[in-house]
Amino acid sequence: MDWNQVWTLVSLPDNVPIVLLLLMVPFYTVLAFREAAKNDRLIAELERDPDLRKSHHRVPYPWKPGWPKTVHVWPHLLKREFLAAIIVTAVMIVWSICLDAPLEEPANPSLTMNPSKAPWYFLGLQELLVYFDPWIAGVVLPSIILLGLMAIPYIDVNPLGNGYYTWKQRKFAIGTFLFGFLVLWVLLVIIGTFIRGPGWLWFNLGETWDHHRVDHQVNYDLHELFGVTGTWPVFFFGLAFLGAFSAVVGGLTHLWIVKCMPAMRKRMSLIQYANMLHLWILMMIVVAKIIARLAFTVKNFWVTPWFNI
Amino acid sequence: MSHGHDEHTPAEPETPQGEGNPGGLLTKLRAKAKSPAEMGEEFKKTQVWTSIFRHKLDDSHRNRSLAVLSNVFLHLHPARINRDAVRYNFTWGMGGITFYLFVLLTLTGTLLMYYFHPSKAEAYRDIMFLQHDVPFGNLLRNMHRWCAHAMVITTWLHMMRVFMTGSYKPPREFNWNIGVLLLLFTMLLSFTGYLLPDDQLGFWAVTVGTNMARATPLLGHEGPFGPELGMSAFNDVRFALLGGSVVDANALLRAYIWHCISIPIIASVLMIVHFWRIRKDGAISGPAPVMLESEIKDD
Ligand code: HEM
Repeated sequence: MDWNQVWTLVSLPDNVPIVLLLLMVPFYTVLAFREAAKNDRLIAELERDPDLRKSHHRVPYPWKPGWPKTVHVWPHLLKREFLAAIIVTAVMIVWSICLDAPLEEPANPSLTMNPSKAPWYFLGLQELLVYFDPWIAGVVLPSIILLGLMAIPYIDVNPLGNGYYTWKQRKFAIGTFLFGFLVLWVLLVIIGTFIRGPGWLWFNLGETWDHHRVDHQVNYDLHELFGVTGTWPVFFFGLAFLGAFSAVVGGLTHLWIVKCMPAMRKRMSLIQYANMLHLWILMMIVVAKIIARLAFTVKNFWVTPWFNI
Repeated sequence: MSHGHDEHTPAEPETPQGEGNPGGLLTKLRAKAKSPAEMGEEFKKTQVWTSIFRHKLDDSHRNRSLAVLSNVFLHLHPARINRDAVRYNFTWGMGGITFYLFVLLTLTGTLLMYYFHPSKAEAYRDIMFLQHDVPFGNLLRNMHRWCAHAMVITTWLHMMRVFMTGSYKPPREFNWNIGVLLLLFTMLLSFTGYLLPDDQLGFWAVTVGTNMARATPLLGHEGPFGPELGMSAFNDVRFALLGGSVVDANALLRAYIWHCISIPIIASVLMIVHFWRIRKDGAISGPAPVMLESEIKDD
């Protein structure tokens, strides 16, 4: 364990935000689930007791008949906003006094930084470069992420859980979102920051970053494992594999939804459902490629003369 | 020594200070004088005051509402809100904190602009100058840098809380979309700023980042079907971003203009729409009364 290396990484001023992220994301995840648990208990209670349903104010916070349902923004909200502004200002000033923004040597195109990393918030995408051609990792996937996020309100047709935390009423939506956000985004950022060293090689936390390390690992494309050769056989092999993979993932997901979440399926139009399944399959292809590469040294599923996937 | 003063008011020392001479000028003035509180009240009746503040200040429901509604900075708020919406555990204050960081960034960024030339000869030198010579220059630069990082984090967390409270559901679908654009522009704002110190860190980060643009399908010279469409390093989308085929003087100038003018304007417009929409969608979504499975009305 090279603690010096760990400390160098963690204390790098530009990495401090990621340390912060590492603390804040779990904190708020837990906070959200605690709030959800409170609501879910209340929901269960109301489902059990029809009388309570009529009389309860349906929020897990104290309320007595006669209390107004609304409060004045001045002072109740504004005082909190001003307080928050003061606290944020204080924190930022202290942070800025304690840590200097980095400034390296002047830009020098002939002296490559190793590792050369994008700003930390793009490291998830840079990490995807390990698994995908640049046009997919850098252009297609970010576009799909943005379009997928924008599609969420139009494909999540569940009327429950609008304006309150809940887990039990929105398991599928929350599970999918948190998997995407926590694992495929935040975790990849953290791997890109702390694990990827010179040459973008994998260094376990605490392993010394050896600038002379050479990676002897050989990566295979899927068709090589199956002994397929020749441009067109390889092309059709990959196409068939990806097609079959998508069909299997899509089919299983479909069965799962129809069996376990029939109400959700019924509420969705065919277009909504197809879009949702597509996005889900794409996400699973990303997962499959990450696992194939890290665990089985398989790089591409589909090799063509123009691009690889 | 002859002071006219002494001759005319010889009795003054004998008169106790503060009480004055009954019928004297001082006493008359004192009788007319008002306490500071009264003077304050008086001032509030002047034209100057009433032209600025259009409502009274005594603690009434009406005035509490008017305090918010008659102030251009505060009137984005409604006058009253859901009694539980002020709980920290609901919004985490994340959207507000994100906005406040944007304000801090605008302030510190504007101050930084006074000391910065976006040219290869001067940019790096200007940063050194800020760090070592400009009074509070280092603090200013640090504040700007760390606020930018913090804003990226708070934007992500804000998105997560909006998702976890289901606040993108009707009628807030559109505002979620504005939010996704804000997410994108927040990161682009930070990214374009990265190059400006013109150091190794920024240079290589932007090189790595824009190299991906090479591979854009159709529009990049290394992307699928790019060469087939006549793309080269000198006419593709990366060239357009950098103003050249490598990260150099033009890229610095472009990053500067995107960072200081174009993206802040785009982001501000989006924020205006975002906030306006929150009001129009009926204020923030909750904490809303929980709804039960058995109460869904499917049509
Ligand atoms: C620059 C970035 C952003 C700023 C300054 C901002 C600001 C705010 C503020 C102040 C609120 C009021 C409630 C709160 O504080 O939580 C809010 C609500 C909201 N924001 Fe954002 N936001 C930003 C980015 C986003 C993003 C990335 C999303 C989603 C992808 C989003 C979606 C929403 C939605 C749907 C609401 C309504 C929430 C509700 O009704 O509970 N915003 N935003």
